[in-house]
Amino acid sequence: MVLDTVMYGDEKQNRRKARIRFSLVLTMLILFGIFVVIPFYWMILTAFKTEAQVLTSPPILWLNPVNWQFSNFATAMDTAPFLRYMANTVLVSSISTVGTVITTVFAAFAFARLNFNGRDFLFMILISTMMIPGEIFVITNFLTVVELGWIQNQTYMNAILAMTLPFMTSIFYIFFLRQSFRQIPDELYYAAKVDGTTDLKYLFKIMVPIALPTIITITILNAMGTWNAYIWPRLVTQQQEFRLVSNGLRDAFSNIAGRILYNEQMAAALLVTFPLLVVFLLLKKYIIRGVSRSGIKG
Amino acid sequence: MLEDKSNVKAWFYLAPALFLLTIFIFYPIFNALFLVFLRDYNYLQGTWEGFTLFENFLYVFRNQNFTQALTNTMIITFVSVPISVIIALLISVWLNSVLKLRGFFQTIFFLPYVTNAIAIGMAFAFLFNQNYGLINTMLGWVGLNPVNWVGLGATWGNAMFSLLVYVVWASLAFKIMVFLSGLQNIDKQYYDAARVDSTKRYRIFRRITIPLLSPMIFYITITSFIGAFKAYTQVIGMFGVRLGPPGNDKSLITIVALVYDALDRSGVPGALSEAAATAIVLFLITLVFTLINMQVSKNRVHYSGGGK
Repeated sequence: MVLDTVMYGDEKQNRRKARIRFSLVLTMLILFGIFVVIPFYWMILTAFKTEAQVLTSPPILWLNPVNWQFSNFATAMDTAPFLRYMANTVLVSSISTVGTVITTVFAAFAFARLNFNGRDFLFMILISTMMIPGEIFVITNFLTVVELGWIQNQTYMNAILAMTLPFMTSIFYIFFLRQSFRQIPDELYYAAKVDGTTDLKYLFKIMVPIALPTIITITILNAMGTWNAYIWPRLVTQQQEFRLVSNGLRDAFSNIAGRILYNEQMAAALLVTFPLLVVFLLLKKYIIRGVSRSGIKG
Repeated sequence: MLEDKSNVKAWFYLAPALFLLTIFIFYPIFNALFLVFLRDYNYLQGTWEGFTLFENFLYVFRNQNFTQALTNTMIITFVSVPISVIIALLISVWLNSVLKLRGFFQTIFFLPYVTNAIAIGMAFAFLFNQNYGLINTMLGWVGLNPVNWVGLGATWGNAMFSLLVYVVWASLAFKIMVFLSGLQNIDKQYYDAARVDSTKRYRIFRRITIPLLSPMIFYITITSFIGAFKAYTQVIGMFGVRLGPPGNDKSLITIVALVYDALDRSGVPGALSEAAATAIVLFLITLVFTLINMQVSKNRVHYSGGGK
């Protein structure tokens, strides 16, 4: 009897403790969650304000959807050809992503499945270059595209080539995909060999379908990388209308002298951010999977 | 082994990737090591005035912005990395301990991973706006005076603080993702054993969670240091090509910014060599800190048997 009540009391106390702990944890998560969401909220809120509302101090913190000023987006589009920038970005991103997937699938297959002299040595060399900062490559790559004649009197075709070709493969993705390929049991390969299947057929009928989630992850991360690319496109594009979204956004709203129209600036920023958020929410599974497995810095 | 060597075939599969890597990765490494020893290299004419061992490095160190760039880069790295690692660690432990709403919070905390650095940088700049920004409004709620964070003539300290908030914000998502997946892979047995012994929460965190997560903490710390040394686009996003608040131009310049500064002057003899020298200095700094990092964590990282 006595023991029972003691245990019961203990249990009750524990449950209360657990509840307090849960509320504390929840509070912290909410606080940090707000910290994370605020910039998005501020961007969206500002994008829908009128100029007068933007220039109200202290700022208006909530806008009734009825009063949202959608025309900011149209004005932002007039300030700079954002649709053009987006089209450029989608094109560059598609080309470089398709290229990257093809070259990495073949290379990862060779490293994961085939036996050849110097395989481990070559792989080690590839991995060790991953530590070198990209700026070292950029210098010479810039000279290379100049040498190829893609900068002087630049045509659209040249600009697209300059923005895509250097990014048509990735050591990191080769490494990442090789890991996935290596998890496929060797027995499958031997069985296919006995059946007389060629390597190429085995790669596309067996390995690619099994490693498809990894390939999808690579596709998404690579495409998102292009969407965020700023430095290289700025360096190699010679005309305004060849640029990508990040460049367009930065250039259009950096008037050194004039004052910035924040509502239009935020409307443009939202236009650039929105597709990324949609992609993230739709394909969250693949992104998280890829990032947490291997730790890719985007 | 059932398979024999398939040399020719393998090189055929490797060819597309190796072709591109040779042109855009391997050759540039050697070329940078070549450029850095040329005197007054003029790429338009393909001429140079002989070789030099240190001259281009001296250009880097004598650049009037070098000290500022080095200081800023170091501050960004050594302030933002520890803070973001600790916050990310706490958030992931908290996330891992709640069952209800975990999916919802996960989505929220992962959001910054996918955003455009320029677009969000602009949003941060406006958050820190002196008259119309949310930060000063919030300071007003607790009775503090508005601060000129990023506006005309803002001090280096205020601008740097704003930048650091943005850098920490932007780097949380990736770390939380990695830590959370690490936590979810920890064998529940450890926690069950601790519960049987009714071990204190904090002790569990110190003695079980941290050691078992240490390979990931180590990995994240190293990659974050490497990433933070390369800070640049965040500055562009928040402050534009001016690299500082108006009236205080270049006050937030970083080492990577120096590389691109030199590249922008590519037509001037010697500029490319200076860019190469700057990039090599950056690489050496990164390398030294990575080695120090590895040395420091050598005895503190716990690898559970088997190791994947």
